[in-house]
Amino acid sequence: MAGPLNWLSQVASVSKFGLLSIPQRAGSVAAAVIGIAGVVAVLVGVLSMGAGFQKAMTASGSPDAAIVLRSGADSEMVSGFLRESTRIIGDAPGVARTDEGPLSSAELFVIINLPKRSTGTDANVPMRGVEHAAMKVRDKLKLVDGRMFEWGKNEVIVGVGAANEFGGLELGGKLRVGQHEWPIVGLFSAGGGTAESEIWTDASVLQAAYKRGDTFQSVYVKLVSVGAFQEFKDALTTDPRLNVKVLRQVEYYSEQSTAVTKLITTLGFLIAFLMAIGAVFGALNTMYSSVSARTREIATLRALGFGSGAVVVSVMIESLALAVLGGALGAIGAYFTFNGLQTATMNWQSFSQVTFAFAVTPELLMRGIVWAVLIGLIGGLFPALRGARLPIAAALREL
Amino acid sequence: MKYWHLIWSNLKRKKLRTILTLLSIVVAFILFGFLSAIKQALAGGVSLAGQNRLVTRHKVSIIQSLPESYKLRMERIPGVAVATHESWFGGVYQDAKSFFPQMPVVPEEFLDMFPEFVLSPEQKQAWFETRTGAIVGRKTAERFHWKIGDKVPIQSSIWGKTDGSRLWEFDIVGIFDGRDKSTDTTPLYFHYDYFDEARAWNKGQVGWYLVRVKDPAQAAEVAKLVDQEFENSAAETKTEPEGAFLQAWAKQIGDITTITATILSAVFFTILLVAGNTMGQAVRERTGELGALKAMGFTSSQVLSLVLAESCVLAVLGGGMGLGLAWVFIARGDPTGGMLPMFFFPTVDVLIGVGLAVALGMLAGIFPALQAMRLRVADALRRM
Repeated sequence: MAGPLNWLSQVASVSKFGLLSIPQRAGSVAAAVIGIAGVVAVLVGVLSMGAGFQKAMTASGSPDAAIVLRSGADSEMVSGFLRESTRIIGDAPGVARTDEGPLSSAELFVIINLPKRSTGTDANVPMRGVEHAAMKVRDKLKLVDGRMFEWGKNEVIVGVGAANEFGGLELGGKLRVGQHEWPIVGLFSAGGGTAESEIWTDASVLQAAYKRGDTFQSVYVKLVSVGAFQEFKDALTTDPRLNVKVLRQVEYYSEQSTAVTKLITTLGFLIAFLMAIGAVFGALNTMYSSVSARTREIATLRALGFGSGAVVVSVMIESLALAVLGGALGAIGAYFTFNGLQTATMNWQSFSQVTFAFAVTPELLMRGIVWAVLIGLIGGLFPALRGARLPIAAALREL
Repeated sequence: MKYWHLIWSNLKRKKLRTILTLLSIVVAFILFGFLSAIKQALAGGVSLAGQNRLVTRHKVSIIQSLPESYKLRMERIPGVAVATHESWFGGVYQDAKSFFPQMPVVPEEFLDMFPEFVLSPEQKQAWFETRTGAIVGRKTAERFHWKIGDKVPIQSSIWGKTDGSRLWEFDIVGIFDGRDKSTDTTPLYFHYDYFDEARAWNKGQVGWYLVRVKDPAQAAEVAKLVDQEFENSAAETKTEPEGAFLQAWAKQIGDITTITATILSAVFFTILLVAGNTMGQAVRERTGELGALKAMGFTSSQVLSLVLAESCVLAVLGGGMGLGLAWVFIARGDPTGGMLPMFFFPTVDVLIGVGLAVALGMLAGIFPALQAMRLRVADALRRM
């Protein structure tokens, strides 16, 4: 038992030297810590944007709901149906029903130009025409203020995300669409999903305003159960009167988010990776100067019989301590700066804006700390080896 | 430059430290290069938009179409030289992930409106004469290995033909280059006549107009006149300079400039700290030597320049290497595989980078240099 204990006490005393000498090297230590904090903050910040976007997209779909598009369409924007087809879809097996009929909503999806508050420039805000069942098809949808629009009237309700991001969408105000003014009568939330970026009205009213005839672009349905999807899909794809593509909502939204998520994560990793390399150099510099400032102490200890392993470990401990400190600072900074930050970006598939909140998830924080630890390990290893290999006699001569 | 040797030996005094500092500066400037290219790619083309071109679209949103007949009405407006239209085709070649834009245009008017698309006279002529002919930008042609004479099938997600099919075939008759590197050479352009005759619906309707004004100084007034012309009609318009239009489009993605600037300042602040700290350390270690130099008759300002020069050499060397490496990496192309067609390192940003390198050297060196300048010979020598 004496061996390991002795070794541990060696590590402890060499580490103590290092940690106690930090105030004398405050500048270079601070530089390394801040460098690592910067890497972690940027990494977590950029990735939290991707995570937030993805979260908004996945929060939109429930597993027992499906969306039907025209075959070959990759988003609602380019899809299209006649009313006849939407009836066939609503009556298909697997669709949940209430006394009022099937839980199926044929919808119209268009965009409207509104100024983005943050930049003042025009943005493509999505506007959706829905049928009566729309609220029941989506289970997270809730009116948070005002009232529902009246069917058949030129009235709209606005998602909370859209109301925050774009100008001219205040409750009680009026939305100008072409030559008409539509009163804004309600605000709704959708559990953070993409519907919060949208403006809703009665589909038949929107058809008239956009001169779309009696056509729709998508059908949202609620299924009797998660397992009913296959039956529903088979019934529609084998129906000779239809030419459609049937997707689970969850699938549809994850497909919609791939492009943007990939863009954000690729660029985010690239930037963070470069910064990390820079931070490794910073950490190396700090640790080398830490070792060289203690050349004599280390040599003295080794002359007294301290092992070189203890020196290596203690230098690594110091480096890791600084890295974890920097990582924690960066992660905390990123959390307070970015978490919940509201923003909007373009969803390329549908050409329209999606509002979302940055999400600093525990996984991202962990990933940030892991990066910091890696930087600390690399930054500490080489200086530690140098300290351990120092020829004792030569080092003592420096006295 | 007679002190070059002195500066150089000082940098070589602690080689490892110098190299590490140099490398962190190199990395910072590689990052700078990448961020410039990303910004360029996302805000694409804004800076080089035609000064004399306006974009006219439907007032409610760009997805709504405008009548083809607006062209003649626009060209009667004083100040308008010529107008032409484009539409969004929304086609897919092979699979949905291989995105590139395709647009039906009126070939003669289109090439006249956009002199930045460079096409040989023979290819031009071939395009004008081939009804199903299309021209494609160099980047997309290379991506799919298309050659002149190829028949290219493209599935449109929006437009069906009168025969019910959505598959359109085009003959590649020309491959165009950009006049400068900011020109987007990913799109494919084809005959509007062929498109309009074959499509099943929305005949006679076009996506948006490009309007060339006679005098760029009058662009704003002309834009207003165009919108007035169509006021209270079934399809009201919104007209703005091409640059403003593209900028608004880029800002839909997010405020790229702010994000880039934030990251860059974080990076530079960190590097400044590291480099400044290293310089400070190097000067403190040499207090005695600097005192000796002064005792030998070096003036205070000479000592100041000596220390400043040292940090500037380090920063400019690192900056130059970083910018050079960034240039090499960026020239290899878009890291996202096709999502950023305009990914390149703008020359103006290279110059800004050089400026930043010098500024970094000055800032990092100034405090140690001032310290060295104020050094009193007696104090310094006593510490030896």
